[in-house]
Amino acid sequence: MTEVAPKMNNEQDLVKKVNFSQDALAFVKTQAHDAGLSEVRESGYAAFESLPFPTRKTEEWKYTSLNALTQQDYNQAAQNFDLEDASDLYAIEDLDAYRFVFVNGVFVAELSDSIAQAGIELTVFSQANDTQRDLIAQHIGNIAETRRNLFTALNNAAVEEGVLLHVAKNTQLDKPLQIVNISSAQPTTCTAFARCLVVLESLAEATVIEQFVSTNESQNLLVNQTTEIQIGDGATLNHYRLHTEDETSLHFGGVYVDLNRDSQFESYQIALGGKIKRFDVLVNHNQPGSHCEMKGVYLPKNDQHVDIHSYIEHIAANCTTDETYRGIMADRSKAVFNGRIHIHPDAQKSLANLSNKNLLLSNKAQINTKPELEIYADDVRCAHGATVAQLDDKACFYLQSRGISRPEAEIMLSFAFINELLESIPLEPLRKNLRPLLAQQFSTNQSLTQHILDEDSGVHSAEGAS
Amino acid sequence: MLTIKNLQAKVEEKDILKGLNLDVKPGEIHAIMGPNGAGKSTLGNVLSGREGYTVTGGDVSFNGKDILELDAEERAREGLFLAFQYPVEIPGVSNLEFLKASMDAIRLHRGEEAMDSMTFLKLAREKCKAVNLDQNFLKRGVNEGFSGGEKKRNEILQMMMLEPKLCILDETDSGLDIDALQVVAEGVNSQRSPDRSFIIVTHYQRLLDYIVPDFVHVLADGKIVKSGGKELALELEEKGYSWIENGEA
Repeated sequence: MTEVAPKMNNEQDLVKKVNFSQDALAFVKTQAHDAGLSEVRESGYAAFESLPFPTRKTEEWKYTSLNALTQQDYNQAAQNFDLEDASDLYAIEDLDAYRFVFVNGVFVAELSDSIAQAGIELTVFSQANDTQRDLIAQHIGNIAETRRNLFTALNNAAVEEGVLLHVAKNTQLDKPLQIVNISSAQPTTCTAFARCLVVLESLAEATVIEQFVSTNESQNLLVNQTTEIQIGDGATLNHYRLHTEDETSLHFGGVYVDLNRDSQFESYQIALGGKIKRFDVLVNHNQPGSHCEMKGVYLPKNDQHVDIHSYIEHIAANCTTDETYRGIMADRSKAVFNGRIHIHPDAQKSLANLSNKNLLLSNKAQINTKPELEIYADDVRCAHGATVAQLDDKACFYLQSRGISRPEAEIMLSFAFINELLESIPLEPLRKNLRPLLAQQFSTNQSLTQHILDEDSGVHSAEGAS
Repeated sequence: MLTIKNLQAKVEEKDILKGLNLDVKPGEIHAIMGPNGAGKSTLGNVLSGREGYTVTGGDVSFNGKDILELDAEERAREGLFLAFQYPVEIPGVSNLEFLKASMDAIRLHRGEEAMDSMTFLKLAREKCKAVNLDQNFLKRGVNEGFSGGEKKRNEILQMMMLEPKLCILDETDSGLDIDALQVVAEGVNSQRSPDRSFIIVTHYQRLLDYIVPDFVHVLADGKIVKSGGKELALELEEKGYSWIENGEA
C-alpha cells in the first residue's frame, strides 16, 4: 500500500474537497470548548487542513466513495435530542453495566449512571472535575492517528464532549461500561462528534462496550467518532464495538490503541451495514509481551456499505496478534476489509495471524478484501489469508435431504459462518442478545430462524448443559 | 412402496441410468450391487432429488406419488431417506440443531406437533447410545471432524430419529472397519419393520452378512441386469462382476 499522500488530480475533486473541508473548518470554529482541549483541537485542525479529500485514487478510500458527503452540507450541529423510549434502542437484557447515553452527540444524564468506585474516574468531558480534566488534557490526541483518516483529524479538531474512563493501577472496573451513541433523524443533514478516552494504568482491567444505534427512520446525521485506548503494563481491556444502526446511517469511526508491556486488548466488532459505514482500528504493540485479539463480523445487505480497516503495528519484540474477521454480504451490498500487519525491524519473535473469510449470498454482492503483511524483522511467525465463497451446495442439499426447506437451510448455513465467532464472545448477556439480532438480518420470518436460535439444541447452550 | 419404471438419468450430459426398473414392497430389503461406474450412487442421488442429476425418462412412484416432481426436502418429508456415502461436514451447525430442524419439518408435514425440547433431547441421547456415539457428538458441528465410521453412524442416528418409510443406504459400508460395520448393521436391523423398506447399495457382499436382503440386484451400465435372492450376492463375491458383465451368466 502506498504511504504517499495522493495528489488531487482534477479540479472537480478539489472543489469537493474545498467545499467539505471549508464547511467543516468553519463549523469547528463555532464550537465552545474547554481550554484543556485547545491543543488537540488545534493540531487536529492543522492535520485536517493539510489532508486531501479522498477520491477513488486514494488507497485507503479506494472502495468507499465519499461523494455523498459533498452533495449536501453535513458540517452543522445536530438539533434533535429528545427521544421517547430511547432505552428500547439499546437495551441488552441481563447486562449489568454502567451506562452512558448520548443522543445525537449530546449526553443524556437521565439515562446514564454515575459511579463511585475507588480508583475509577468515569465521567463525560462536560462534567469533569479538575483531576479528570487534567487526565483528559494529558491523554487526549496521543494515540489517534490523523495521517490516514481525515475524519479522525476532524474529530480531533472538533473534540468537545466525550467519555473518560481512567482505571488506576491494580484496579478492576467492577462492571462493564456501556457507552451508547444514539442517532435520530434531523431537520437537515448534520454531524455529531463523539469521543471516548480509555486509560488503564498498570495491571488494571475493564470491559468497554461501544454501542451505536439509531431510530428506524431514515438517517441524515453523520456520526464522527474516535476512541483512544491506552493499556498500561499488564493491564487488560475487553472491548466491544457494536454497530446496529439503521441502514441509512453514516458513520466514520476510529479505534486507536496503545499496548504497553504484557498488556492485552481483546476486541469484538460487529457491524451491520449503513449508507456509508467505515471504521479503522489501529493497534500499536509499543512494548514487549503485549497481545491483541480481534474478532469481527460484518453483515451488510440490501444496498448497504461497510468498510473496516485494521492496522496492527508490531513495534516491540515478543508481541502476538490474532485477528479473525468474517463477513456475509447479501443482495447488492458491498463490504471492504483491509487488514494490515506491520512488523517493524525491532519486533523479533512476533507472532501474528490474520484471517478474513467472506460469504457472498448474491451475485450482485461485493467484497473487496486485502490482507497485508509487511515484515522487516527476520525471526517472526506471521500468516494471513482471505477467502471468498458462496453457500456450499453440498451442505445445502444435505440439509434439504433431511426435510429442511431450502430457505431455512440457507439461513442455517449463513449463520453457521459466523456462529463460531459469536460463540466466542465471553460476555454472556451480549452473546445471547446478539444472536436473535443478527439472525434477524437473514430473515424476519421466525419459522426460518427458530432452530438457529433454539437455546436447547444449538452448539451454544449445549456446551454448558453437559 | 417404490416403483421405478424405465428410469433414465444423466449427469453433466453423460447418460448414467439407462432404463432401470425396480419394485420395492413394504418391509422388503433390496440390495443393489454392481461394479464401479455402474450408476449405483446416481440412483440414490436421483431418488433423493439432488441437483445436477437430470432425469431424462421414466417414472418413479413412491407411495403413489410421482416423486420426480418433488423438491429434495419434500421427498424427505414424504419418508425417503438417503444415507450418504460421503456425509458432508457442516461446521457451525450443531448436530442437535440440525436434527431438531429436520424432525420439526418432517413432523409438521405429517401433521404432528413439534416435539418438545426435553423429549427430543432424551430421544437423541437414546439413539446416540444405540449407534455407539458419545453424546458429545450431538453438540458438535454436523459431522465436523468425525471419523469415517462416526459419520456413517451419524447417518444411522438420523435415520433412527426421522423414522423414514424408505431408506437408501449408499455404500454405507465403504471405509468401515468390522466393528463400525456391525454397529451400522445392528442399527439398520433394529429399524426393520413390516412397513419400512430398505435399498442397500453396496460394492461388496460383506455388509449383506449382517443385513440379510430379500432380493439382490446387479446393476451394470445403468440397468439391472440380474436379480435374485440373497445367494446371488455370494455368487457375485465368488465369481466377480465380470461374470455378469461378460454375459457369461
